Amino acid sequence: MMAMNPDTIETVEAATGEYKYGFVTDIESEFAPKGLNEDIVRFISAKKDEPEWLLQWRLEAFRHWQTMAEPKWSRVRYPTIDFQDAYYYAAPKSPDDAPKSLDEVDPKLLETYEKLGIPLAERAALAGVAVDAVFDSVSVATTFKAELEKAGVIFSSMSEAVHDHPELIRSYLGSVVPQADNFYATLNSAVFSDGTFVYVPEGVRCPMELSTYFRINAANTGQFERTLIIAEAGSYVSYLEGCTAPMRDENQLHAAVVELVVHDEAAIKYSTVQNWYPGDADGKGGIYNFVTKRGLCRGRNSKISWTQVETGSAITWKYPSCVLEGDGSVGEFYSVALTNNHQQADTGTKMIHIGRNTSSTIISKGVSAGFGQNTYRGLVKILAGAEGARNYTQCDSLLIGDTCGAHTVPYIEVANPGAQVEHEATTSKISDDQLFYCQQRGLSAEEAVSVIVNGYCKEVLKELPMEFAVEAQKLLAVSLEGSVG
Amino acid sequence: MLSIRNLHVAVEGKEILCGLDLEIATGELHAIMGPNGSGKSTLAYVLAGREGYDVTAGEIVFRGKNLLELAPEERAGDGIFLAFQYPVEIPGVSTMAFLKTSVNSVRRYRDEKEIGAVEFLKLIRAKAKQLKMDEKLLQRAVNVGFSGGEKKRNEILQMALLEPRLAVLDETDSGLDIDALKIVADGVNAMRSPERSTLVITHYQRLLGYIVPDRVHVLAQGRIVADGGKELALELEEKGYAMLGLDDGEAAARETAA
Repeated sequence: MMAMNPDTIETVEAATGEYKYGFVTDIESEFAPKGLNEDIVRFISAKKDEPEWLLQWRLEAFRHWQTMAEPKWSRVRYPTIDFQDAYYYAAPKSPDDAPKSLDEVDPKLLETYEKLGIPLAERAALAGVAVDAVFDSVSVATTFKAELEKAGVIFSSMSEAVHDHPELIRSYLGSVVPQADNFYATLNSAVFSDGTFVYVPEGVRCPMELSTYFRINAANTGQFERTLIIAEAGSYVSYLEGCTAPMRDENQLHAAVVELVVHDEAAIKYSTVQNWYPGDADGKGGIYNFVTKRGLCRGRNSKISWTQVETGSAITWKYPSCVLEGDGSVGEFYSVALTNNHQQADTGTKMIHIGRNTSSTIISKGVSAGFGQNTYRGLVKILAGAEGARNYTQCDSLLIGDTCGAHTVPYIEVANPGAQVEHEATTSKISDDQLFYCQQRGLSAEEAVSVIVNGYCKEVLKELPMEFAVEAQKLLAVSLEGSVG
Repeated sequence: MLSIRNLHVAVEGKEILCGLDLEIATGELHAIMGPNGSGKSTLAYVLAGREGYDVTAGEIVFRGKNLLELAPEERAGDGIFLAFQYPVEIPGVSTMAFLKTSVNSVRRYRDEKEIGAVEFLKLIRAKAKQLKMDEKLLQRAVNVGFSGGEKKRNEILQMALLEPRLAVLDETDSGLDIDALKIVADGVNAMRSPERSTLVITHYQRLLGYIVPDRVHVLAQGRIVADGGKELALELEEKGYAMLGLDDGEAAARETAA
C-alpha cells in the first residue's frame, strides 16, 4: 500500500468530524463509507496519494456531476439508482478473505469455467483464490514487463502512471472524454478507482497483445475503471480487455471510461469481451454497465478498431465511438451483443467524420433470447469539411424465441453532399428448419443454437485475436444455455 | 431394422398418416412412391423426429428400440439419416466445420473416438471426390448459394460421412438434371451394404432406374396401398397412379397442410 501523505489525512479529517472514529483514523481501512460527497472524492484521491491537480480535476468533475441528470433516452428499464447507497472506494481484497482453494468456490462458477475450457490454474485466479498459492503469475508478468520495457511501451495501472508519468496523464486524461462529458463519465472522472495506461512510442509495434489477463493479480480494477491508451505516430497496439470467464464482483454499478488517442499513421485495435454477471433467470441482480468509450483519430491515416462481444450485465449502455479528425483516418466497430433471460442492452457506436477521406465501418450483430431486449443505437455524423467521407453500416438482429425484442435506432447526419453513407439492416429468427436440420445431423438443440449463432456472428468474431475468438465462441454458447426448450 | 405398425400421425390436428405399416429388413433398399400429398415427407420427418408431427397411435421400432422415445439427435446417433428434400442454409457456418461437428456429435453418442482435424480433412476430401463435389464448396457456408444439385450432393456427402444404419432419402431426385442424378445415385449405391437399409422416397420412377429397390410401396391417403418388387415402379410409371384408383392431385391440399 502506498504511503499516505499526513497532510492529506489531516485535511480529510478536518473536513468532517464524522471520520474521527471511522475509517480515516485507520489508514488500512478497506472501504470508504457509503455515499458520495466531496470528502469521499478527497479520500479516494488521498488513498492513491494523487497530486493536487488530479484531486482538483476530480472535484471539478464531482461538482459538475451534481448538476447533471441521469440520461433517460436509452431503451433500458431499471429501478432508480440511489447513488448515495453505494460504496465508491474499496481497496483490493486482502488475501485473508479470499477462498483458500477451489473447494471453497461456488461449484456453479467452476462449472462455467469448465465449459469455457479455461485452464485449471487460471480458474483459481478468476475465482479469487489467493493466486500465489496456485501458480506463479508474478514471474510471467515480470517477463512480459521486461519485454515491453525493451520496446519502450508503457503498460501499467492508472494509479502507477499518475506517479510515474504525470506529464502524459495530465496532458491526455480527459482529452477525448472530457470530465463533464456525460452523467456516467463525469461520475467516473470524480471517483475512478483504477484502470490501465498504455503508451506506445513513435514507430513501435507493440510486441504482444496487451491483455488484462496479465494483470489478474495486479488489480482489482473495480467498478469505475479508467483506461487511457496513446499510440504515437506510426505505432500499433492491440489491447484486449475483459475476460470470457465471469469474475467475482460485488458491485452492481459499473461506469468505466476508455480514451484512445491515435497519432499519424498509427493504429489501435481494442477488443473487449464483457461477461459481467447478468442476473439470474428471473432478472434479479446483475451488473449495470454504463460505459463511455471514445477514440480520437487525431493523426493522418490513423485507425481505431473496436471489437466487442457483450454477453454479460443486466444492463449494458455502451457506444464505443471514433472521432475521425485526421485526414484519411479509419474507424471500425464490430459488435456482438447478446441478451438472454431479462438482460437489456442498448449499444452501438458513433462515427464522427471531421477529416477528409475518412472512412468508417460498422458491423453490429444483436442476438436476443429469453426476455432479452437488444437495441442498436448508432450515429454516423459527417461534418461539412469531411470531403470524400464514406461509411458502411450493417446492422443485423437475430431473435431466438418469441418473448425477446430487437430494436434498431440508427442516426445519420450528413453535412457534406459528397459523402457516401450505406446502411443495411436485417432481422431474422433461428428457424425451426435450421434447428431440426442440425439435430438430424446429431447436434443437440443447444449445440445447434450455438453453431447457428456463431455462424451469424462470424464477421465480428473473426476480428478478435485468435485465442480470444475461440473463447468468445464458447462464451456465446454458454450464455445461450436454456434459450431453447 | 425398421418396423412400423399402424402409424397414425397428425399435423396441427389434421391426420396425415392413418394406419401405416412398413417393414424394412437389414440390408434392403425400399422405395416409397405416391402421389403428391400422400404423406411421404411426413413419414420421413416422423422417422427423423421432427417437432410438430404428433404420433397419435401406432409404433416404430428401430433396431429393437422404441424410436418414438428418442430425440432427433439421438436418432441420428443411433443411425437414422434423413437426406432433406429442401436442405437448409446456415449462414456463416462453413460446411467443413459443420460436418466435423456433426460427425463428432454422432461419434460421441456412439462412444467412438472423435475424429481429429487432419484425419477428417482426408476423409471428407475422399468422399467429396467420389461425389464430384468441388472442394471449394466445403469452405462455403452450409448450403448458402449452393445450386439445387450441389445441395443434394451435399446431403449425400453427409450421408457418406455419417455412415447411417437407415438412410431416408426424401425426394432426393427432385430438381436434379440427369448428370447430377447419376452422381447422386452412384453415391447411394456405393453406400449399399448388408448392414445398411435405405428408404428412398420419390414421386417418379426415374431415380429407381439408377437405384434399384428391393421392394416398392405405394403410399396414398396416409397408408400403404400397394406393395411389390421393382417392377411395380415401372408399372406405375407407365399407367400412372390412376391404375390404383388414385388421382395425383387429390391430396395436394393435405400436402400444403403438412
